[in-house]
Amino acid sequence: MHTRTARLLPFTLVLPAMAFLAVLILIPLAQALFLAFAADSSGFTLDNFRRMFADANFSDAWRNTFLLLLLIVPLQVALALAIALLVNSRFRGHRWFFLIYTIPLAVSDLAAGLLWLAAFTERGYLNSVLQSAGVISQPVLWLAFDNFGGLIAAIVIAESWRTTAMVLLVLLAGLELIPRELSETAELFGAGRLRRLVHVVLPLLRPSLQSALMIRTIFAFQTFAVVFALAGRNLPVLAGEAYSWYATNQDERIAAAYGVVVVALSIAAIIVYLRLLGTREPEVQR
Amino acid sequence: MNARVLDRGLVYGSAAVLAVWALIPLYLIAISAFTPQANVSDYPKPLFPSSVSAATIQLFLESSGVVPAMLNSIVVALLTVVVGLVLGAPAAYALARFRFRGRAAFRAVVLVTKMFPIAILAIPLAAIFVRLGLYDNLISVALVHSAMALPFVILIVGGVFVALPHDLEDAAETLGCGRWGAFRRVALPPAVPGLAAAAIFAFVVSWNEVFAASILTVRTRTLPAQVLASLSTSPLALKFIAAFFMVLPAVVFIILIRRYLRTVWGSR
Repeated sequence: MHTRTARLLPFTLVLPAMAFLAVLILIPLAQALFLAFAADSSGFTLDNFRRMFADANFSDAWRNTFLLLLLIVPLQVALALAIALLVNSRFRGHRWFFLIYTIPLAVSDLAAGLLWLAAFTERGYLNSVLQSAGVISQPVLWLAFDNFGGLIAAIVIAESWRTTAMVLLVLLAGLELIPRELSETAELFGAGRLRRLVHVVLPLLRPSLQSALMIRTIFAFQTFAVVFALAGRNLPVLAGEAYSWYATNQDERIAAAYGVVVVALSIAAIIVYLRLLGTREPEVQR
Repeated sequence: MNARVLDRGLVYGSAAVLAVWALIPLYLIAISAFTPQANVSDYPKPLFPSSVSAATIQLFLESSGVVPAMLNSIVVALLTVVVGLVLGAPAAYALARFRFRGRAAFRAVVLVTKMFPIAILAIPLAAIFVRLGLYDNLISVALVHSAMALPFVILIVGGVFVALPHDLEDAAETLGCGRWGAFRRVALPPAVPGLAAAAIFAFVVSWNEVFAASILTVRTRTLPAQVLASLSTSPLALKFIAAFFMVLPAVVFIILIRRYLRTVWGSR
């Protein structure tokens, strides 16, 4: 059994996937750095980054990306936690409701933006309902280019709607690992629902909450199609600027510089995430 | 007794509100897509339309580029499924079945690439694909989508093989089936639903992806890339129908593989 081929088998099986990921991640990563630091003639320069920082949209893109992150992530973690607790109470029919809650997971960022555009556009369903109910007398321009609050709110709603299911799945997996006896014992000793949540469930759920927060933070740096669908270029975000500089302005170096910023932010978040992961799963840390 | 009735009312009440929240945008896009042409710019719009029509949808399908874009999307997604399974399934099997040097490191790579912004790398990749003559080619898009789908395929398939008992496969091997025969006859058959789920997930990842597809193509657009490129020019009614077509297959597929979703996002 312990022949050479048998020992090499796992490596043979893993190698193609590893090599594929290495080629498709490491080579473009090197190329991204090369492009971002490439000078007009030859050699390297910081000019691309200087031009990126000087670009009127850069500070807006930076601010908007983080503003959306700070609004969306806590909101959807709280919402997902509430849904996870509800589903985990295993009420009759909870499977059906759980299935419904996971459906938005199938919707892409671009499609989610367009779905909510149907609600928020001038002659859309939100204005229709409000007007029929007599709350407003003429359509509100929720997505007007100068309605910063409206644009941000629409994007927060659309992104929260789309990605809460992902957080829900992470948190539910964590909740299912917590033995029911713990909560039941606490109840026996007279702990109310809120105290059981705060003192028993939440501390044990901490690892899952941390992963959910990190996954969502990393994905938030890539937000762009949902923003384009609802706000066009009126609300710049980092990933959207990378796309526009490439596709509209046809300057791949500035686009690459934006790309490097997004990748750097993601890598920073991943490192934080792995640190947290490492403290509870020594197997992975090795 | 009263408290329990109140409790149940609260549970089902909130469950129902959340279900409405999850479903209402899908409902709105469906009624938008089936709005008759004459009513497209009606205001206020009824939440329960009295007449529906597929005429606007027909107009959408007949408008230039839509059907080819859908076909492109399907080709790219199928290529992604093939590459994802061919590379991912063996790796997943090895992860689930063997203890080997570097296993933990490979697992970490899988979990990190699940979150890595691979789509952003389409910008530098474009320059490479231009040199290779693969720019504006569906293969280049499928390669990037495969890299994005691969960690998910490995997690789903790995989860399936971990759950299967190893003893039977070992017994078959000792009894003369050989390594490959034991795998093909004992381990593979019960894993087929999991492989199908992984294939479907890879399809959805590719079908939904817009950033890399937009960067890597100019004329050979996938559906999302086509929709993104025409966002500022196309009329609202057509945008809604496009969204309807993007969402419909993805939702059906996600419902089909619901059992496996926990492995994808629940595993750390």
